[in-house]
Amino acid sequence: MNSRDQILAAVKANQPELTLLPQLDSFFQGQETALIEKFTQVLTGIGGKVTVVADTTEIISLLKANYSLDQIRVISPLSTMQEIAINAIDNRHPHELQNVELAILPAHFAVAENGACWLSEAMLLDRVLPFITQHLILIVNKIDILPTMHHAYEKIGNEHYGYGTFIAGPSKTADIEQSLVLGAHGARSLWVFLI
Amino acid sequence: MKILDHAERADIFNEDEKRVDWHDETLWWIRQKRDKSAHQIPEWENLRNAASAIKSNTLSNLHDYLLEFEKNALKNGIIIHWAVDAKEHNEIVHRLLKEKGINKMVKSKSMLTEECHLNEYLEQNGIEVIDSDLGERIVQLAKEPPSHIVLPCIHKKKEEIGELFHEHLGTPKGNADPQTLTEAARVHLRDTFLTRRAALTGVNFAVAETGEIVICTNEGNADMGAHLADIHIACMGIEKIIPKREHLSVFLRLLARSATGQPITTYSSHFAKPRDGKELHIILVDNGRTRQLGREEFRNSLKCIRCGACMNTCPVYRRSGGHSYHNAISGPIGAILAPNLDMKQYADLPFASTLCGSCSNVCPVKIDIHDQLYKWRQVLVKEGYATTAKEIAMKTMATTLSSPTLYKIAGKAARTTLKYAPLIINNKFNAWYLQREMPKVPKSSFGEWYKINRKNNE
Repeated sequence: MNSRDQILAAVKANQPELTLLPQLDSFFQGQETALIEKFTQVLTGIGGKVTVVADTTEIISLLKANYSLDQIRVISPLSTMQEIAINAIDNRHPHELQNVELAILPAHFAVAENGACWLSEAMLLDRVLPFITQHLILIVNKIDILPTMHHAYEKIGNEHYGYGTFIAGPSKTADIEQSLVLGAHGARSLWVFLI
Repeated sequence: MKILDHAERADIFNEDEKRVDWHDETLWWIRQKRDKSAHQIPEWENLRNAASAIKSNTLSNLHDYLLEFEKNALKNGIIIHWAVDAKEHNEIVHRLLKEKGINKMVKSKSMLTEECHLNEYLEQNGIEVIDSDLGERIVQLAKEPPSHIVLPCIHKKKEEIGELFHEHLGTPKGNADPQTLTEAARVHLRDTFLTRRAALTGVNFAVAETGEIVICTNEGNADMGAHLADIHIACMGIEKIIPKREHLSVFLRLLARSATGQPITTYSSHFAKPRDGKELHIILVDNGRTRQLGREEFRNSLKCIRCGACMNTCPVYRRSGGHSYHNAISGPIGAILAPNLDMKQYADLPFASTLCGSCSNVCPVKIDIHDQLYKWRQVLVKEGYATTAKEIAMKTMATTLSSPTLYKIAGKAARTTLKYAPLIINNKFNAWYLQREMPKVPKSSFGEWYKINRKNNE
């Protein structure tokens, strides 16, 4: 018997009598309504920054005011960011993204209870981009803020993605004596714009 | 050479009392962060119940879920391997690297590979492994195992880390600033990520319904490694399966809040397919898990999602340090998992507990940890793995407690001895009295007191 069959046989012999899965319906009830406030409060608490803007023009002017955009490499798949970012990259060589300073990416939706934004492969240009960039900008529609993770997975449903990730704040570590340091291996900062 | 047991190692850890206090307080602070975070969720207890029930269902139908996971993962282009034990797991990893002619690998946190001693195995076979989680990198440079499953170098002072980094990464001597040291590690490991063709990661959850795996980190190291490598190897115990994608909501709400008090880890990445032209391998490992599944009293330990909450709250863990458990997984959960791997080697661990029950109260999947610790003690004594002193003490205790006459005599004798000749009991040969003050001896037993006072009241 090969290892696979051996393990499966042992599992079958030893697993207990079937028990039922719980219903998750109750977790959808009675959740927060002030979603923008909650999202902003939670994400700020874990080191991110949130700004509500009227449109993409406002985002561009805010980014111009905060970064020397003409001196750094800025990448974005968004056509609205064409003025300040490049949208073409070579997927065969993700390593070549190592000098990206700013990545501006759209998120499908955000979650108020934990400050997380959901991104999937289709919108990333490359899987490594939100991690390898020094600073990450995410853009979410205000109406796409969901109360909890239950709502989040309801929204994701059975979508077929190759890769997807929740990002909640900048990369961080507290491994040295529990001192919080932002910018471990991924982006040093996260700025979320709500439109 | 005799392997030091938990008590002996705890003695060594306790030589530096200041460090013990610091360790104790640091972990308790994390426990308090967990409480604060959990209390913000009114439905917290319902979440724990749901998580526990989902895991019960998983264990009760694991055979079919494994098949479903395999089928869906294969459909997604993932390559699946099965390993009955640590040896086979290590050999699979080595073979995959050898086939690609790779002799350097970057690794993110995986307690399973610690359990299998993968790093040592690969190094013996000429493959260099670099751990990329900052805490893991630190203990790797110090040539130590991690002392905590979530906080691998929680036992280390920043000055010691500064010294290690000075020696290995060339940071200025005497610099122990966490910001500077983290930055040095970032630069050093970024170069590693960019130059490694193979990345190995652990797995937090594997969804049967979709064939995807979810990996949670705060640093982003699992993603940096996996997305830049030609081959991504993900290693998981077979108990990491969950039935449906929607169940991730329950576990991701509980995991980070229980672990560090964060609302969620910075990154919760879902890998469903390999990158175009690259490979994603998943190794499903048994290594004793099917045996534990068959032990009715202990199978619930397989529900563990490795948050570490039971360690942070444990009065014994906090004051004895993770290394005293001499097992990849320390603390209360380690103490109920380890005897399944080797009863003889880990016979001491279920005794390293006060059975206070705090671990069971904070466990996000409601494992009855302290009950299992108690039950393991019975099993270990019965199987003859307890130390002789412990066995004699327990047998004497059992005889005394089962006879009212003996119990009364023993009680009286103890009170008299403690009153008039305390040194007979309270001496350095009685471990119970080391670092412990006993309360004053009462004049009479409760039984004697009750007899007199009931008469007075009648």
